[in-house]
Amino acid sequence: MKEKNIYGKLDRMSWLFIIPSLVLLIAFVFYPMVQAFITSFQTGVANNLQFDGIANYKRLLTDSTFKKALFNTVLYLVVQVPIMILLALAISSMLNNKKLKFRGLFRTAIFLPCVTSLVAYSIIFKSLFANDGFVNAMLMNLNLISEPINWLTSTGFARLLIIMAITWRWTGYNMIFYLSGLQSIDDSIYEAADIDGATGLQKFRYMTIPLLKPIILFTTINSTIGTLQLFDEPMNITQGGPANTTITISQYIYNLLFKYQPNFGYAAAVSFVIVLLIVVLSFIQLKVGDKE
Amino acid sequence: MSKRTKIMNAIQYVVLIILSLISVFPFFWMIIAATNKSVDVTKGVLTPGTYFLENLKHLMESDLQYFNAFKNSVIIAVVTTTLAMIVSSAAGYAFEVYKNKTRDRIFNLALLSMMVPFAALIVPLFRLFSKFNSIPVLKYIGLNTSGAVIITAIATAFLIFFFRQNTKTFPKELVEASRIDGLGEFGIFTRIYMPTMKSSYAAAIVVTFMTSWNNYLWPLIALQSEEKRTLPLVISAMGSSYTPDYGMMMTAVVIATLPTAILFFIMQKQFVAGMTGSVKG
Repeated sequence: MKEKNIYGKLDRMSWLFIIPSLVLLIAFVFYPMVQAFITSFQTGVANNLQFDGIANYKRLLTDSTFKKALFNTVLYLVVQVPIMILLALAISSMLNNKKLKFRGLFRTAIFLPCVTSLVAYSIIFKSLFANDGFVNAMLMNLNLISEPINWLTSTGFARLLIIMAITWRWTGYNMIFYLSGLQSIDDSIYEAADIDGATGLQKFRYMTIPLLKPIILFTTINSTIGTLQLFDEPMNITQGGPANTTITISQYIYNLLFKYQPNFGYAAAVSFVIVLLIVVLSFIQLKVGDKE
Repeated sequence: MSKRTKIMNAIQYVVLIILSLISVFPFFWMIIAATNKSVDVTKGVLTPGTYFLENLKHLMESDLQYFNAFKNSVIIAVVTTTLAMIVSSAAGYAFEVYKNKTRDRIFNLALLSMMVPFAALIVPLFRLFSKFNSIPVLKYIGLNTSGAVIITAIATAFLIFFFRQNTKTFPKELVEASRIDGLGEFGIFTRIYMPTMKSSYAAAIVVTFMTSWNNYLWPLIALQSEEKRTLPLVISAMGSSYTPDYGMMMTAVVIATLPTAILFFIMQKQFVAGMTGSVKG
């Protein structure tokens, strides 16, 4: 009987630890999520909303700015994430070599971009690549170009710039995950491969990558979720320009709320496209990761 | 060593040196730009100048309210981190120490919130917080208050998960022993658990402070009035001007980056541990 009392008391006490977090998560994540879903079926200006079936979702199909935003977001995803992950893998396997000199120095240098805020580094990149910025000045001094490149105002260069910027900021972050994964791999299997005469590239392809698979899967899903929500960089480097050719979905949602006549219902519908993409892509990545 | 491995080795060093230079260069340039006149910055100077104090003066005299934003950022980051450490770690602790089926299920549900993109919450959160402004008490967390930014960052799935994982290394015998010694459940948490888990807290503090310091999208929506703005908002506003003063702008960026950079260099281990969500040993 006494035993039961103690457990009853502990059980009640435990909720006191959990409830504050639970209330906050429900109030500011789960409840808003449901609310957003409901709102996505309503139309109207500002707070005058009426239910209007799937009107918002139909509108998505004919909205050219939305299509641009979706295209750009997917473009950043399929181009940037693989480049970054391969680069991070290559760097971490080089840094894992115990005979390498200045390992700590290289690691710190490559990880350093992670200390900047997304806004701060976006502004640095914008300044470096401005028409009268450092990069153009250098390229012209070296006589590689005769006219400054319009990094911020020509579609192709602007997209390239955003991809370069994100890669700069996040490669070191992913590298850290792979390095900690590699440290848990026994050196002796690499030594055995050396004796068998495996080349560096073979070891990378047939040993490092399979052994790191769970971590690669985790970082891929992580980067996918991050890229689908990309906002700070295009907002601060190009403002989505020129003519919305670098805009992302998150930025379009922001514009729908604060730049144009506020349209809560349609913005909510657009946001559910991101939710859907995250769920579908994470699911596919988990399935593919499991199969191999 | 064969000739082949020697060449491979040399290539490795060259690649690593180039990548390190690319990683560090924007930091180097930001400092160069902060110490030079804007006109010299656009000419592509690469030597430190003597114009820093002048740039700082311009920054203080501008109508951007930069140092007010600095103050706002400090208050928000410190309060958020303090409250998050208490609230989220308590939950992570309880999910592990008082483990049972119900609580495990709730924990898994809480984890799901990690998958929710913030973009999907913008619309409802904006509407919810604008309602708070006309309700007593809740108006302190309504739109245009620091409270609005703080309250949404106190309980995060990441921190709860982080503390639950780390609690696995916390000896449960200590809990039992303290109970026999007559310590209450809260006493065990604050007087035994918290001091024992110092390194986990250090890592969590670093990453929470940094996330708060750098937060952009929600403050951009919640803090529309000038005197409430945080550093990322002011820097973003500077960057979108048509005739940027590069010297002044980079001075602003250097000052805003300094706290997290210092944190990184003095607590590199905890920094990495917090970011990857794992504390070993």
